[in-house]
Formats: sequence, C-alpha cells, structure tokens
Amino acid sequence: MTPHSESRRGFLFRLGIGLNVLGAALVGIPVIGYIFGSSRRRADGQSWIALGPIGGFPAGATRLATYENPLRVPWDGATAKVACWVRHIEGDRFQVFAVNCAHLGCPVRWFAQSRLFMCPCHGGAYYEDGSRASGPPPRGLFEYEYRVHEGALWVRGGQLPTLSRPV
Amino acid sequence: MSAQDLRPVRSTLDWLEERAGLGGAIEPVLDHPVPRSTASWWYVFGSATLALFMLQIATGICLALVYVPSADGAYQSLLYLNFQAPFGWFLRAVHFWGSNAMVAVMTLHMIQVFLWGAHKYPRELTWIVGVFLFLCTLGMAFTGQILRWDQDAYWGLGIGASIASRAPGIGDTLVQLLLGGPIIAGRTLSRFFAVHVFLVPGILIGMIGLHLWLVLRIGINEWPMPGRVVNRETYRHRYEEDVRKDGVSFFPYAARKDMVACGVVVLAVVLCALLFGPFGPHGVPDPTLIDAAPKPDFYFLALYALFALLPPWTETVVILVGPVLAIGALFLVPFIAGTGEKSWKRRPVAVLGVLVIVLTVATLAGLGVAVPWSPKMEAWTAAPTPVRYVQGRTPLELQGALVLQNKQCRTCHSLGGEGGQRGPALDGVATRQTRDQLIRQVLQGGGNMPAYGKNLSPAEVNAVVAFMQTLRP
Repeated sequence: MTPHSESRRGFLFRLGIGLNVLGAALVGIPVIGYIFGSSRRRADGQSWIALGPIGGFPAGATRLATYENPLRVPWDGATAKVACWVRHIEGDRFQVFAVNCAHLGCPVRWFAQSRLFMCPCHGGAYYEDGSRASGPPPRGLFEYEYRVHEGALWVRGGQLPTLSRPV
Repeated sequence: MSAQDLRPVRSTLDWLEERAGLGGAIEPVLDHPVPRSTASWWYVFGSATLALFMLQIATGICLALVYVPSADGAYQSLLYLNFQAPFGWFLRAVHFWGSNAMVAVMTLHMIQVFLWGAHKYPRELTWIVGVFLFLCTLGMAFTGQILRWDQDAYWGLGIGASIASRAPGIGDTLVQLLLGGPIIAGRTLSRFFAVHVFLVPGILIGMIGLHLWLVLRIGINEWPMPGRVVNRETYRHRYEEDVRKDGVSFFPYAARKDMVACGVVVLAVVLCALLFGPFGPHGVPDPTLIDAAPKPDFYFLALYALFALLPPWTETVVILVGPVLAIGALFLVPFIAGTGEKSWKRRPVAVLGVLVIVLTVATLAGLGVAVPWSPKMEAWTAAPTPVRYVQGRTPLELQGALVLQNKQCRTCHSLGGEGGQRGPALDGVATRQTRDQLIRQVLQGGGNMPAYGKNLSPAEVNAVVAFMQTLRP
C-alpha cells in the first residue's frame, strides 16, 4: 500500500464523517427550532379581545363570558373557545378572572348565593374578588387585564394562565 | 396425510430457511437452558406484559385507521368508533382495558423481580432498562388519556401544564413545549398523537428488545434461596454450573406457563371489554362548559389525591422534587443493593418498602375515588334537611336551617350524612362549639373555611347559629 493511497483513504474516511455531520446539522438544527420554536414566541401569546357590550354584565353580578382564542388555527374546534368570569363591580370597574384554578388549572364555578368560586378537583375556594379563601391554591384567581372601550369590555388574553405565567 | 403430501410444505420451508435463516436464529433462543426453578407461575408477569403490549399495538393500529387526530374531529371520530364503525366499540374497549391491564401486570412484574432480587448483579442494566419501560408505559397511559379528547383530557392537560409551570425558571417553556403553544388547542392534540403513536412506541419497542436481549444474554434470575448470597466473583460461574446441572430448555418447559398466562391476561382484557365496553369519551372538550369535574384514569388517582392532601406550602417542592427522587431511587436500587441476599425472606427492608409503597399508593387511590375534599356542588339543592333537625324548632331556628341550605354550607358540610366532607359534619356541632365560637367561625372562617362575614347579614348569622346550636346527637 503506497503512502499516497493511505492518505487518500484517510481523506475519504474524514470526508465521510464530515459530510454526515454536516447533513445531521442541516436537518437537526431546523428540527430543534421546529419543536422548541413554539416555546419561544410568547410575547404574542396575548392580545386584546372584545367580550361584548358592558350591558351584558349587570353591576354587582358575576357572569361567565366566552371568547375565541385570538391565535386559533382552523382545526381547533371547540377548544378555540375560552371562558372567563366577569365580575362587574360598578360603573367601569370590573374584574375578569380566568376559569382556571390557581392550584392545578381545573375550571372553578361561581356560587352566587355564598359568593364563592369553588373548584371541583381539590376543593380550592375563592372570594368574589378572586382572593384565595381556602384549600390548596397558592394564590388568588388569575386576573385578566381589561379595559372598557366604546361601551364594550375588552380583555387581554389568549394563553393558559399558570403560576409561572399568570396572564 | 402421508409424508408424500407434506413434501411441498417441507420444501417451501427449506427454501425459506436457506435464504432467511430465521429458524437457525430462533432455535437457540427457544432452546436456551434456564434453571428449572424459574419454570414458575411467579415468572410469568413479564411475558404477560409483553403480550398485552402486542395487543395494544394491534388494537392501536386499528384505532388509528379511523381516529382523527385533530381537535375539531377527534371527539366525533371516537363517537363514530363507538357507535358506527363495525367492532369499533370493541377495539376501543380492548385498547382501554388492555392499557389498564398492562400498567397493572407491569407493576406486578416489577414487584416480583424486585422481591426475587433480580435487580442484583449481574442484572443491574436489565432493571434499569425495565425502569425506562415502566416510565414509557406510564407515558403511554397519560398520552392515551389525552387522545380520548374529552373534558377529562382537556382539563387533564390543564393539570399537566399547571404542574409543569411550577418548575422554577423553565416552567413557562415546559408549558409551551407540552401544549405546543400558549394554550390547550389543536396543536396540543397533534403533538400528543405523535408522541403516543410514533415516539414512545418506537422507544418502547427498542427498549423491550434490549430488555429481552439482556435476559437472554445473562440468563433469567434463578429462584432465590435464603443464604445463597450474590457475590460478584462467584455468581456467574455458579449460575452457569446450576444451569448445566439442573437446567431445562426454555421452550417448552418454562414457556408453557408463560403461554398460559399470556392467554389468560388477553382473555381477561377481552372479557372486560365485552362486559364493560369502551371508556368514554365523556363530555365534549368545550372549555366553556365549566361544569366539568375532571378525574384521571386509575393509574394517576394516587397522584391526584396527593395534590389535594399535601399542605399547600409543601406542594411545589413535592411536585417537582418528589418524582425526581422516586425515579432516581428506582434507578439506584441495583447500585444500593447490588449484591448480598436475594431471597425476600432475608430482606426485611425491601419487603417493608414494597408494602409501604403499595399501601400508600392504594390508600391514596382509594381516596382519589372517594374525593372527600371535593365540594358537593349540588348538595344545597339536592340534599334534604333531616326531619329530626327541623322538628320542634322555633321559627328563628327554622330560618337558620334555610340560611344553612341557601348559603351552600352543605357544599362542604354534611348533615345526616348528606353533603360535602371537606369540612366537619354539622351533626352534633352544638356539642363542640359555643354560640360565640360558632359566630366567630362563620364570620371569620379559618381552619380552611372561607369567611362569610361579608356574605351574611347579622340576622342571617343569628339565625344560622341558632339553628346550629340545636344540632345535638
């Protein structure tokens, strides 16, 4: 075996490794971006959504309101819908709560008679202003930012409220 | 049939064997010698788990022929499978009961090999691969539950996201990774479908191959005898000696019990499928229908109960550190106790550990079924006031009985055995608290009870306390 062919074989071996590493990188980097990309775009997870004219929310009452997820895709079906609790205090003063319990995200229900929100999963309870009343939740209900614009109530929503990203 | 008639069959087989050589590859596997003591009914759980896994693959592929992995079509396609597709209900039922059985039999397998000391030298890696298989199977159980795209699936995802969000620093990233976006929606289901149908099954198949390869290479764990201590220097030599002296070929001596067990578990699953039918889908996955009370399938009931019972301040630590410690402990078992006594008769700590874990999980799961911490949302309209608590009462006390009902106290407090169990039963409350204590408790709450000071007028407080003062045994 001549030194010449020896070096040529060594070159081919290294070329083989190099080409495959390059190929893996060219496919692998976009794959990582594809899988993890959804977790980086989060600034646009929230946008302003109209919940309807404020006449639909009588003062002193707490009502369930629903809206469509602003970032919906056509195949979302019913899951494009989002529910929230709207408490009209008086005038332009509102509180809009996520239905998700601050404990583990189950849907809380409003009990007008005892003026409490209660969670069916682990028994969390909240007062009408959303503050924690009892049970395992580590904090009060998640509260959406809202504004009243031309007689309509708007909220800033679109993402699942969690402890690490409370609305 | 004469030997002459069989000649074409034989020549076809020979033709195949000459080219594929499969018989030559399988024969040593079937014939490999195993210790006679392992041809035992206690050694069948692994094969039974494998049989159930194959059943899951077969039924899973069939379901995927019809199932629509899209948030707007999944629910409809499940109803179609249940009610219209021929035998669709049966396949869904077998897949569901098969998954339950697989988790159950796999757990038995794990307990058996641990008690028989099979994780000790030289089978540490077999145990570790087994722990991966255990985790992957639980992963299949959770992702499969999500593919049943109903209310439980939707809110179950909410629970999963809430748990993930508690991880410090990376919580939000984990949530987005889990949901495939900022909220539970179409992308979430597609993601779980890919994980349940492609990713985890692929890993499982590869790992099962490795698990079986290790069993073949090192030999199945012999029946442990008290006093026969595992020693790194002598174990393998002694094992080979035992197999040579008193071994039997795996097939058919040990395999026939495995075959019976595989048949029994598959038939049991089929029987459950025929008797109980498919599971769900329950309510439509519409997040605006908030009268949902999501509950996990049985394998996660213990966790579900734990979340309700942990003191709130320990919760984040336990949720995040607990699984790491538990899984870490499983992986470390063969390194902590890799040699020494194998028989459970000489391993009191191991036996006690298994008992404690099994009893804890079973107790928690039992509580998860009973949910004593959940408010009874309908008690105030549905539960009658016992007659003995209204007989002979003054108008004020009767008014109090109405306040107690209308202000939904019975959501958490029972009377005559009906109502929630979150708070103490109110029967006999008059013997436990004075009038002043009752007033204070109602107004200010405390001890896990909300304060009702703002929601009750003084007259209502007066009435409800007067009523409670009559509640004596």
